[in-house]
Amino acid sequence: MMSSIEQQAKGKKDSEIRYLTPLNIETTKNKKYCRFKKSGIKYVDYKDADFLLSFVNEQGKLLPRRLTGTSLKYQRKVATAVKRARHLALMPYVADLLK
Amino acid sequence: MNNYETVFILNPVLSDTQIKETVEKYEEFLVSRGAKMIAKEDWGLKKLAYPIQNKKSGFYHLFEFQAEGDVVGPLELEFRRDERFMRYLTVKLDKHAIAWAEKRRNRNKQKA
Repeated sequence: MMSSIEQQAKGKKDSEIRYLTPLNIETTKNKKYCRFKKSGIKYVDYKDADFLLSFVNEQGKLLPRRLTGTSLKYQRKVATAVKRARHLALMPYVADLLK
Repeated sequence: MNNYETVFILNPVLSDTQIKETVEKYEEFLVSRGAKMIAKEDWGLKKLAYPIQNKKSGFYHLFEFQAEGDVVGPLELEFRRDERFMRYLTVKLDKHAIAWAEKRRNRNKQKA
């Protein structure tokens, strides 16, 4: 009877490693949350380009809710704010290496 | 009466006095049409994120005012006719935006 995993692996002829019990790996990820809901922000300001920068990628494209965790209600507001900021040349429409 | 906020970008080739003149002209324009000025902000010469009319910078100004809706149309028409204006944006403020604008003003005041 092999006791540890190392011995178990050595016992096999090829390098295929098999475990009897699943390894204890942390798989729980940090839950995403909507930062507007959490901190009670009601209005997304288009004048604050530095803040809006956290919702776009390096090319200046809007990030999806999937990645930022923003709720739908505020994602719409973020989108309009970014568009207004772009119109006023506070943010670029296209860029590379924005961040 | 609604609250509005308008940000405009003036041509960077203008001199300081010309800019002052322009800003005052439009302030008077608003007041003469029964608008109540709430706040004015001068952001100074700022770099643009992308060139507009082959210019890389512009003078930013912000007006916050209270007026009837029929003031905005003529104001924007004047902006469009005026060659000194490179861009403008007028937004109607909802109650959250008004609260935010007030907070922002107080914060700026404390900094200054």
